[in-house]
Amino acid sequence: MTKQPLNRRSFLAGTSALLAAPAILHSSRAYAATPTLKVGHVSPRTGPLAGFAEADDYVLEAIQTAFSGGIENNGKAWNIEIISKDSQSNPNRAAEVAADLILGDEVDIIVAASTPDTVNPVSDQAEINEVPCITTDCPWQPYFFGRNGVPGQGFASTYHFFWGLEDVIGAFLDMWDKSGVAKKVGGLFPNDADGNAWGHPELGLPKPLAAAGYDLLDPGRYQPLTDDFSNYINAFKDAGCEIVTGNMIPPDFGTFWSQAAQQGFNPKVVTIGKALLFPSVIESLGDRGNGLSSEVWWSPNHPFNSSLTGASAAELANGYTAASGRPWTQPIGFKHALFEVVADVIARAEDLEDPEAIVSAIAATNVETIVGPVNWANGPINNVTKTPLVAGQWQKEGDAFDLKIVANSSAPHIPLTGELALL
Amino acid sequence: MDWLNAIVQGTLLGGLYALFAAGLSLIFGVMRLVNIAHGDLIVLAAYLGLTTTVALGVHPLLALIVVVPAMAAIGYALQRGILNQTLGDDLLPPLLVTFGISVILQNALLEVYTADPQKMNAGALETASFDLGGLTLGWLPVLTMLVAIAVIAGLQWVFYRTPLGRAFRATSDNQDIAQLMGLNKAHVFGLAMALALAVTAIAGLFLGIRTSFDPSIGGGRLIFGFEAVIIGGLGNLWGTLAGGVILGVAQTIGAKIDPGWQLLAGHIVFLLILAVRPNGLFPRVAA
Repeated sequence: MTKQPLNRRSFLAGTSALLAAPAILHSSRAYAATPTLKVGHVSPRTGPLAGFAEADDYVLEAIQTAFSGGIENNGKAWNIEIISKDSQSNPNRAAEVAADLILGDEVDIIVAASTPDTVNPVSDQAEINEVPCITTDCPWQPYFFGRNGVPGQGFASTYHFFWGLEDVIGAFLDMWDKSGVAKKVGGLFPNDADGNAWGHPELGLPKPLAAAGYDLLDPGRYQPLTDDFSNYINAFKDAGCEIVTGNMIPPDFGTFWSQAAQQGFNPKVVTIGKALLFPSVIESLGDRGNGLSSEVWWSPNHPFNSSLTGASAAELANGYTAASGRPWTQPIGFKHALFEVVADVIARAEDLEDPEAIVSAIAATNVETIVGPVNWANGPINNVTKTPLVAGQWQKEGDAFDLKIVANSSAPHIPLTGELALL
Repeated sequence: MDWLNAIVQGTLLGGLYALFAAGLSLIFGVMRLVNIAHGDLIVLAAYLGLTTTVALGVHPLLALIVVVPAMAAIGYALQRGILNQTLGDDLLPPLLVTFGISVILQNALLEVYTADPQKMNAGALETASFDLGGLTLGWLPVLTMLVAIAVIAGLQWVFYRTPLGRAFRATSDNQDIAQLMGLNKAHVFGLAMALALAVTAIAGLFLGIRTSFDPSIGGGRLIFGFEAVIIGGLGNLWGTLAGGVILGVAQTIGAKIDPGWQLLAGHIVFLLILAVRPNGLFPRVAA
């Protein structure tokens, strides 16, 4: 064996390995005292969907406090770092920031909330890159079928919890049955993802409404941001509709609702999805907002507590009002619940270094959150589980509007807080 | 009767579109500026109106007393401060700058007013209506139409009967010669923008009473304004009113056939007119 003299190449290789060693060792968490797990979060902070994310700061602050001591996994404490990015209410931008979180920040889990425009692109990015992903705040049909999910197969790493169209229909019918008005319903469905799903002859409202004995008059799909609904109003008037339903954005509902009054069309029950979720919309309608009804995903009266902080639904909602001076909104509960599920998964995963172990921990979730139980073993379809849905009516109390829960037969454990009043 | 109703409601809707379009028509006529931010300026006016009604507790229509001068001042400052620097032989710089203003306005409004949909409360006016030969007409759409006619008539009078209008027309015809004749081009353009935004203020308030608005809806309103201007003929104010009415009637008749056709019918009529008469129906006599 001859002794090799130190040549230029081996010197360079050796020294560069020596120089690189601290960097490699530093980023490998196996050597760190307290390892850090990164959670990426995408939500529409700005743009037309910003209302859904208005409470993000408040919710994330509470979550960060809850996470400050770290989460214990297999006897070892982990620091949790949440990296939040804005989708600007734009699906392309949502995909971009999700890719950024996955490839740039190298997050271990990615979460997203609020409408198919945010949830779907983020989930798609996570699925391609095999990063565990949990989403909420979007009915499951647009989530599952919008991403070309195949029933029975589902997705590999992306999971979703919310309710579905069948729950909305159930809640609406439940409420209308109690009202005792004529079973003639006028439908207002826009030509967008939600409107087409709601008005779909097979999967949407028409079939179940007919089965329940309601006549649904659906004149057709209108384009969002229409300035005139006089043709709809005339058709509804001629048919003697006493109930109006649909899925609208607030400006379209505003246009419809004042034109209806001008044209002397006075339905007894008006139940609209999406447009009537937020108190700010109802307040903007003034007295004409009183008595409108909508689906209720979450309210301060829901009998659930946070698994993270122990706070009740009322405490979480009132905390937001106290912190911001603004009324509570339904997405607050779901945003909080999203991180409850994350915390639960982190605590249970067999190996946090292994994305597959995290995914199996998500699939095995069974946690009581502030929006109800989340358990993917009970889903209607692969990768989806449902939270309870009830129906509510905005009723004026003093100067403010309160969303009273008036129909709950699908979720009787959520107490009724009022009775449906006809318009 | 249904068809007649569709036509009448469409005509009234045309009043709103004419209000959207009048400001656009005016600035295009005077300085060949295509203002992409017009829709967002309408929304800005609606928000200013909202702030005024809330702060002073007055009726939205009274808020016009504050909002019209405020928007006019913004218009003058905007023109002299920014837009005048971009005007030249090339059409592209002002287009890009107004596009940038549109993005900035939307996000500034979002910062200040949040994404909440807002609406101005005009009390009984919003829902009041009267019967006319079997048709039910809302007071608000009728008032919008009357105001649109008054605004166009007013602009027409300013254009053809006042020294200011003469300055506008002169600068529009030939900027350099107007400058030689002692007209300050920058100032004239500033005044034209001020007048255009004063009209925008009226459009914004009527929009805000008619429906709810949020910072992002401006772009959707812009297209109707452009279509009304082009149908009526560039630079012709009465043509803009006619363009608005044609657009409104096309939409309601389209919707009468099938609601999905409402906006499509408006766009098709616009394309047909553009194909048959590229200069619009009533182009201003070529200078």
